[in-house]
Amino acid sequence: MYLSSSRSQDTATGIGRTGPRTGAAITGNVIALGLVSLVTDISSEMVTAVMPVYLVAGLGLSILQFGFLDGLYSGVTVFLRLAGGHIADRFAARKTVAATGYGLSAVSKLGFPAVGASVPGIGTLLAVDRAGKGLRTAPRDALISLSSTPEAQGRAFGVHRALDTVGAFTGPLIAFMILSAVATAYDAVFVVSFCVGMVGLLMMVLFVRDRPTPAGESARTAASWRAGARLLRDAPFRRLCLCAALLGVATVSDAFVYLVLQRKLDIAAHWFPLLPLGTTGTYLLLAIPAGRLADRWGRRRMFLAGHAALGGVYMLLAGPFDGLALLVPTLMLHGVFYAMTDGVLMAAAGAGLPPALRTSGLAVLQTGQAAGRFVSSVAFGAAWTRWGPERAVVWSGAALACAVAVSLVVMGGARLRGR
Amino acid sequence: MAVDTEPGEHPDETEDTGDIAERPEPAGPVEPEPVAAVFTRGRVIAFVVALVVLAGVGVGYTLHAVKREDDKRYGGSGTAPGAAPLTLAGPRRLLFRSTESGPGYGHLATVAAADPGGARQVGDRTCDRVYAANGTALCLTVERGVIARNYALILDGTLHEVRRIELSGTPNRARLSASGRMASWTVFVYGDSYAASSFSTRTSILDTRTGDLVESLEDFAVTRDGKDVRTPDRNFWGVTFAADDNTFYATMSTANPTRTYLVRGDLKARSAVVLRDNVECPSLSPDGTRLVFKKKVSDDPRKPWRLNVLDLASGQETPLAETRSVDDQAIWLDDAAVAYDLPTGSGAGSDVWSVPADGGGAPTRLIAGAFSPAPLR
Repeated sequence: MYLSSSRSQDTATGIGRTGPRTGAAITGNVIALGLVSLVTDISSEMVTAVMPVYLVAGLGLSILQFGFLDGLYSGVTVFLRLAGGHIADRFAARKTVAATGYGLSAVSKLGFPAVGASVPGIGTLLAVDRAGKGLRTAPRDALISLSSTPEAQGRAFGVHRALDTVGAFTGPLIAFMILSAVATAYDAVFVVSFCVGMVGLLMMVLFVRDRPTPAGESARTAASWRAGARLLRDAPFRRLCLCAALLGVATVSDAFVYLVLQRKLDIAAHWFPLLPLGTTGTYLLLAIPAGRLADRWGRRRMFLAGHAALGGVYMLLAGPFDGLALLVPTLMLHGVFYAMTDGVLMAAAGAGLPPALRTSGLAVLQTGQAAGRFVSSVAFGAAWTRWGPERAVVWSGAALACAVAVSLVVMGGARLRGR
Repeated sequence: MAVDTEPGEHPDETEDTGDIAERPEPAGPVEPEPVAAVFTRGRVIAFVVALVVLAGVGVGYTLHAVKREDDKRYGGSGTAPGAAPLTLAGPRRLLFRSTESGPGYGHLATVAAADPGGARQVGDRTCDRVYAANGTALCLTVERGVIARNYALILDGTLHEVRRIELSGTPNRARLSASGRMASWTVFVYGDSYAASSFSTRTSILDTRTGDLVESLEDFAVTRDGKDVRTPDRNFWGVTFAADDNTFYATMSTANPTRTYLVRGDLKARSAVVLRDNVECPSLSPDGTRLVFKKKVSDDPRKPWRLNVLDLASGQETPLAETRSVDDQAIWLDDAAVAYDLPTGSGAGSDVWSVPADGGGAPTRLIAGAFSPAPLR
């Protein structure tokens, strides 16, 4: 099934090249990258799904001291993301850097059975997995961007995110099916996750093609650190980064959205892991239409408008609704928010960045957004413990309204339509 | 693996080290031709071959793991569940979860208190953790399936279910008051905090007579040196009840700073006071004068704890002769000795050990292939 669809997509590439006006054919490279992400997401979601039970079974009460390692890893990921973006541009090696990232994550899965219940061992492996994710995201998005015409950026990212989300959807299901078959043989989940991760890596290595460096252009010079830093002198890009970070600060993390829902609805514990599927399902269905619409309507405008959906989520969470009248629209709007913003942001930045610096640019943008969201998590966590979930949501809504207002001014009404 | 199966080269990917472009390309629509994927015949074949190999490895390993786990748990010659039903009545015995490899793995079982190393009687019911007192048992159990569901079951003297409460996390501790009326359990909850991989505990208390359930001790007002402890990120675990069915002792932890405290709680008043530092999983002696608990003695995550006994009147702590790190809420066999479980080292098994409560003597293995002991008095 994979092969036939990929081949037909590949032949469609020719049409895409010759007819950029109608737009918008999706190259085989984007499909291949989407499938790589799909498979890799299955691999990592499997591990994410079993990790809590695995840690409890292996470590007992000593895991209560485990959480604080998290902040450290976030710092490592930020550094690797920026460094990976720079290296990928400098040596025109987007594919190699991304493949290294996919490889690191795949190999880390095999380490879990090997280290057993060692806390430093598990910590190291989690760090390696995250390092892999940090390394690969920017070069992968740069490849998607470079594999598409400027007019079709939104659609290309939409297709990629839709495939990616299929992986996020199926990964936990596969993990739970394996676990129900093997009971406590967690190593089976890790080994299968490794195998699936290797399939993703192989698809990357075999089928994805990097953008060749055009004659007369030296990537090494074009992509110096200084050139990377100069990107931020480009006013539209700088504004986009600023807005992404600002809006990130006002974006409550998924985990908190589900926790507030669980508290309001008193959802039984065993249903809790299914809540993210509501968001993911909506995102999956809307990623491509949202991308296409963004191409036509303006990607920045779409990105900003998507935050209205997030505002809707906050209003529902803070409002008087209960039961399905709360659950269904909240998860759907949450999915709409992702469809309108996640890939769309990359598409908005992609076409405006010089190809030789596209990875660095996207890495900077993603880092800004991630930093914003980290601040949001810490702040929301503090607000929750201090004032309770309802007021924390109200404050987030106020922060979001401010962030959107500032973004409107910063990006400027007329500019929103551009690129 | 990836390298072996990659045929061909990338003719397009030669790096141009030639002339120098002085500045980055201007932002804007100067876009080179989009890049297409490579789907050559050779690569597709290589991929299919690798896919088959990896699928074989995944499926093969899973089947191997299933068989290995089955052998480890059920492959041995341990005692099978017997024809005679297991009950809580009768002479003095020890109740536990059997982890002996064989058909009785995971089932509740008993041995005579006078001869714990002797033959065991294995029942039908399976529990992940168990406690019993005065003709009532508390059984924490995980029902596996595509989504695992956790329950606390209240069982009568014939181990039949009289009440079932769904748990919000993975079972960890279970305890009943000596009268069998008050039940408490602790579960692990995942992701209660903003850091993605953070854990917390939730401890509940059930009055089996009235059905009143305190879902989380976090709702109790806690004071320390007369002042309210306002830290919201409190965790509780390991409840032990006094004879009045109202007073209890438990562990409270705070994340900032990372500390554990012994608290004494008052169920009716929904409050607790902090008594002292560094006490986890307390367990009250039958005479109500001492607590056995695990004390954190090392930052090494492989051996952080040492069992100690606290004299409640004098406040004196006595380290017990067990030097291995015990991650369990110990039980009192009588007023002179405590028991706890330790992993066997390999396999899915664990053993129940005993050590004198006065700091003297030496640990002895009480029951091989047993977990979560409870005295039936």
